[in-house]
Amino acid sequence: MVSVLTDVRRARHIAEQVPDPELPMLTLADLGVLREVSLAPDGTVVASLTPTYSGCPAMAEMRADVAARLAAAGYERVEIRTVLDPPWTSDWITPAGRRKLTEHGIAPPGAAPRHPAGPVPLVLTTTRRAAVPCPRCGSADTEETSRFAATSCKALWRCRACLEPFEYVKEI
Amino acid sequence: MSDDHVYLTLAEGHEDDTRWAYGTGFEDPLHGVDTTVPDGLDAAELAASCVALADDALVSAQRLAEWTTRAPELEEEVALANIGLDLLGQARLLYARAGQVDGTGRDEDAYAYFRDADDFRNVRLAELPNGDFAFSVVRLLALSSWRLAHFERLAAHPDPVLSAIAAKGVKELTYHRQYAAEWAVRLGDGTAESHRRMRTALERVAPYLGELFTAYDVRDEVVAVLRQVTEAGGLPMPVYRPLPGCGRAGEHTEHLTPLLAELQSVARAHPEATW
Ligand SMILES: [Zn+2]
Repeated sequence: MVSVLTDVRRARHIAEQVPDPELPMLTLADLGVLREVSLAPDGTVVASLTPTYSGCPAMAEMRADVAARLAAAGYERVEIRTVLDPPWTSDWITPAGRRKLTEHGIAPPGAAPRHPAGPVPLVLTTTRRAAVPCPRCGSADTEETSRFAATSCKALWRCRACLEPFEYVKEI
Repeated sequence: MSDDHVYLTLAEGHEDDTRWAYGTGFEDPLHGVDTTVPDGLDAAELAASCVALADDALVSAQRLAEWTTRAPELEEEVALANIGLDLLGQARLLYARAGQVDGTGRDEDAYAYFRDADDFRNVRLAELPNGDFAFSVVRLLALSSWRLAHFERLAAHPDPVLSAIAAKGVKELTYHRQYAAEWAVRLGDGTAESHRRMRTALERVAPYLGELFTAYDVRDEVVAVLRQVTEAGGLPMPVYRPLPGCGRAGEHTEHLTPLLAELQSVARAHPEATW
């Protein structure tokens, strides 16, 4: 007989290991989109996910993957909830997630900008952002080539030292 | 899903087609969200706000998508498509919310594919043809500045779903406005030709600015942003005059109908199909 506590831990562990569809080197836990796994009184496993971007096409796939893995692990009743509030921030990418991104040649995000309540200021200076270190050679001599890349969450950068282009997970 | 190459994973056969951003028959984007409408809220008004904001986003996303294979550089094409994708995501959530609160239970497809132009409540600025890159930049600057200012206030809306959609949108729109503002300055402060095109674009956008300020009071904030950007780019501040008609009342230019005809053609030709 498995205790309820052990069981919810096991369910959480299973959900945590599901890879992100767009950054498959990261698990949903690494990315910070798996918000909670709990056990309802009737035994239903409830997993809560939050989308990274409003238009993230991977959200439905993440839901389906978590449900399928929990079902495969023997959980008969599984419910996936979407949590919109508070919105996802790149600050929730775990230290392990940041390390894995770097190992795969993707620069992890810096600290997300924080604005006090009220109008969001527009900053137009060209030297606004600190250089992102190159994930391959570590050089700080890098430049942004495009703020948007193959997926919403990434920007394109280029290293002037090793001349390699690289992707960079944006702060949001 | 154990394949660690994302493109191979995408190419695998799947029973559900939930992975693509464009198409129909998606799972409810508000799946599993607590969708109770708080007591004391005017449901009709809330639904109308959601539809207007969703229509702005859907029509803008369609115009942005039209830049694909036509933008000046690949990077800009990717940027405009990403901005469109964010807006499409916002539209889906807002349509889903509208269908829950207006009592009709309509899904996002019903709003996007099965309404005609005079049912749309987007501002006319969103539906104007793309024109040149300068026009698209100025339009994006105006629309994203307005939407960012408005969403920033909506984040405190008493409806928890609309408030959450807005709070998330603020982060995305900050990037959109930044993109448009930097291009506006660069083109305004660029060559004689890019400067001339920016002046023309500002003159073309100007008459439609008033419509943005009819329903929600964020005018001063948007004007301040436009002033900041035009000054930095050495450009004249657009002067707007009221223009007869109002997109928010369903009165549109002749450009919306063909845009919708293209957007809706497959869904209407095959009403039961999903793709
Ligand atoms: Zn390098």
